[in-house]
Amino acid sequence: MNEIAQPLISIKDLKVHFPVAGRGLFSRSKQVLRAVDGVDLSIHSGETLGLVGESGCGKTTLGRAILRLTEPTSGQILFRDQDLAQLSNSQMRAQRRKLQIIFQDPYASLNPRMTVSQIIGEPLETFRLASGDERKRRVRELMDMVGLSTRFLKRYPHEFSGGQRQRIGIARALAVDPEFIVADEPISALDVSIQAQIMNLLARLRNQKRLTYLFISHDLRAVRHVSDRIAVMYLGKIVELAEARSIYANPLMPYTKALISAVPVADPKVETARRRIVLTGDVPSSINPPSGCRFRTRCPYAIDACRDVEPQLVQIKPNHFAACIRISAAEPDIERVRPGDAPGLRLASIAHSA
Amino acid sequence: MSDDNGNLLSVRDLRVYFETEDGSVRAVDGISFDVKRGETLGIVGESGSGKSVANLSLMRLIPEPPGKIASGSISFDGRDVLRLSPSEIRALRGKRIAMIFQDPMTSLNPFMRVSKQLMEVTQLHLGHTKRQARAHAIAMLEHVGIPDAAERVDSYPHEFSGGMRQRVIIAMALSCQPELLIADEPTTALDVTIQAQILELIKQLKSETGASVILITHDLGVIAGMTDHVIVMYAGRVFEQAPTRELFERPGNPYTRGLLRSVPDPTEDEGTLYQIPGQPPDLAHLPPGCPFASRCERAEEVCQKEFPPFVQLTPSHQSLCHFANEVYAETGATR
Repeated sequence: MNEIAQPLISIKDLKVHFPVAGRGLFSRSKQVLRAVDGVDLSIHSGETLGLVGESGCGKTTLGRAILRLTEPTSGQILFRDQDLAQLSNSQMRAQRRKLQIIFQDPYASLNPRMTVSQIIGEPLETFRLASGDERKRRVRELMDMVGLSTRFLKRYPHEFSGGQRQRIGIARALAVDPEFIVADEPISALDVSIQAQIMNLLARLRNQKRLTYLFISHDLRAVRHVSDRIAVMYLGKIVELAEARSIYANPLMPYTKALISAVPVADPKVETARRRIVLTGDVPSSINPPSGCRFRTRCPYAIDACRDVEPQLVQIKPNHFAACIRISAAEPDIERVRPGDAPGLRLASIAHSA
Repeated sequence: MSDDNGNLLSVRDLRVYFETEDGSVRAVDGISFDVKRGETLGIVGESGSGKSVANLSLMRLIPEPPGKIASGSISFDGRDVLRLSPSEIRALRGKRIAMIFQDPMTSLNPFMRVSKQLMEVTQLHLGHTKRQARAHAIAMLEHVGIPDAAERVDSYPHEFSGGMRQRVIIAMALSCQPELLIADEPTTALDVTIQAQILELIKQLKSETGASVILITHDLGVIAGMTDHVIVMYAGRVFEQAPTRELFERPGNPYTRGLLRSVPDPTEDEGTLYQIPGQPPDLAHLPPGCPFASRCERAEEVCQKEFPPFVQLTPSHQSLCHFANEVYAETGATR
């Protein structure tokens, strides 16, 4: 983190539930998919918060819900002191200028019938920020900023490579001078050499324009590189939150440990020597998540109590939070916890009765 | 049986061209490599490097037209695959050479029960009766770690998760004990924890059967953990080939070196990441010199004009670069 500041975004007990049809064509049973299920999270001004997790964990839904591109079911989304969840649609539209998003698929998120100049210039008109010559000047400036030659002004998206299209998407997001950007898997569709270019571009723009990012990705190496802090999500919940360096060097929650150990390292010596935690089974469904700790069905350290008690995200080490009843500040290393010990049990039951 | 050098597969000067509106595209333009028995060869490259086209041609799966294998030879166990009749190549495919693709859904028939799809393979290639084939199908699913295989064998592909589907594909690919398994981005569509499971499974099955594997991926981490030997492709050419450890420790090509440096190292706080500038070239309009020259930090005038030589750095390490020896010396010195 660059400096300790007031959070720019502060999310409180956010839930996004989707009704889904029951099994069978004529079934009337209504089920609920709990994509985001009670998330508390603060994002500080000027920081990059990385959000990682596997497919279906709710990370994209969380990112979209913050911008109200997906309507939250309950909870607060404070942008400075204003609760975005309470705004009417027209009030929200006005706020969108400050809150932008970059999508994963630069192929799908650009209108194929618009030229680059129209795509980047459109938000300037929508928000009545610039028109005529001023608009032209701004578009050129934005293209320059993201490393696109202004020779391409009149070209269409299909004439560009994936990396260049992502640059167009970034320029469009920056056109309105936002304060906060949700970058949803911005590099996942790109080649390795282009990924590095886009990560560097995002970092440079952050410093130049004092931007705040929520960087969503399943790629832990990328998240580790760009983020100040990282939040790990599993089945709709944040299960660990800490500074990028410490979460990578010293993950506490068993799921994070497995996730980090699964990341291949581009060094044959490290790869052949390392002991990998291979999880068994698949991620359960968010329609019927396991009771208690949602990770317990795949967790090598799960005990009976994990089924009964939902773990809270608590501070285990300074600025390092994890949701696991088996670890504590006194013994943060799950490998060394005595069999059957669950110091978090007391804490969770207090939270429960409160 | 293998040839004198212990090679199961030998590809020599393979060229695969595609006729497009934009002119002739040389997707693969003169590549040569060998796969020894029991060895895992990694092929790494970015989109358009020709890595997938090269491997589709090994199985003669290139659609003709627009594609065409313009020249070269592909010797599998001493026989030239390019000269086999359609029925001979069908006998090879799925039996002695099997393939796994990135998206398991594209290689499974969504309207057919998994049992039937698995049974077809062994009925065709091994002459199994229905009963034998069914027993074999269940045994294979168990072997690749599908729980309750006997019940799940009659499910349809959509009833499996992505990771489980990839296991079904692997079960199908391995059901005739192939001598060569070609895996084209087998884990790219999967989550990291599932990727770890599948890679572990491929390793385990390989060590049990002694099969050779060609693993195509863009992920240098996967290459580092899985392969014995690597070839790096760019613009339809082999830019570098070396034993895996040597390639990572001492690359002899500026492109490989750039790729390795542009992968973030999670154990360190880095400022700006190294980046290779520019875009991959348009294969329909390649420049006369080195196809990487415009993006290369090491390029000099000669690189723009003359195509680079394939320089032998050690008996098992080659690099396509005018300055291969210099780069090799530099990476050796900075180790």
